[in-house]
Amino acid sequence: MERKTKVHAEEGKQEIFITREFDLPLELLFKAYEEADIVEQWMGTKVVKLENKQHGGFEFETSDNKGNVVFRANGTIHQFVPNENIIRTFEIMGTPHGIQLEYLHFESISPEKSKLNMQIIYRSVKDRDALISIGVGMAIGIDMAHNRLEKVLSNLQ
Amino acid sequence: MNLRRDVFQAIADPTRRAILLLVASQAMSAGAIAANFDTARPTVSKHLQILTECELLEQVQQGREVIYHLNPLKMKEIADFIEPFRQMWDDRFNKLEAIMKNYTPKKK
Repeated sequence: MERKTKVHAEEGKQEIFITREFDLPLELLFKAYEEADIVEQWMGTKVVKLENKQHGGFEFETSDNKGNVVFRANGTIHQFVPNENIIRTFEIMGTPHGIQLEYLHFESISPEKSKLNMQIIYRSVKDRDALISIGVGMAIGIDMAHNRLEKVLSNLQ
Repeated sequence: MNLRRDVFQAIADPTRRAILLLVASQAMSAGAIAANFDTARPTVSKHLQILTECELLEQVQQGREVIYHLNPLKMKEIADFIEPFRQMWDDRFNKLEAIMKNYTPKKK
């Protein structure tokens, strides 16, 4: 099966690269980052705040089915150039692993195809490795949805 | 019988894998961990003991409580977290692509 999303994490480095080609025109890809209600759908989190501008910021919040907040993240947007790039910080609340810096670069491949390059820089190698595992844990839900958990964890073996 | 506690034995059990993911999100006490499971408290304690013996978890004394932390370096030895991470982003991006293929501009 074709792997559309590629992740490159070099051993011993405090950064990670994520690249993905989309069957979407550049403008539509960028719009998915621009409009809060669309971000909510594909990120699977509530968007409390999204100010897409230089010196703007964002806040994400995810609740379990009992209404308890299980995930909070926020960041500052340092650069926002439509259809080109977003530079922002990203912080998961409640972890001791620092704040990450994210460079998102959007480019057009053809009128119907586009590409996203993401570079994420962490405070240290140890923080990178910890935050990657936390990110996965958060994504599958801390409410112990066992079936989904099993599916993700089966990849550990 | 003295079983050698190796990491592969530790992650063979689904409850122990669930404990690892829970602690990965936040360091917590044995009581807080046990509250997430229907399993009896002594059973959870046994799991924590095994995970600590094979160094996947680290114990830190905090006042009267023992807090369990994930040892990310040990986790890396046994499990490459990159692939689940890649799949997480792949799922998100697949969703993004599907949503935007059906996108109709809002009426202003």
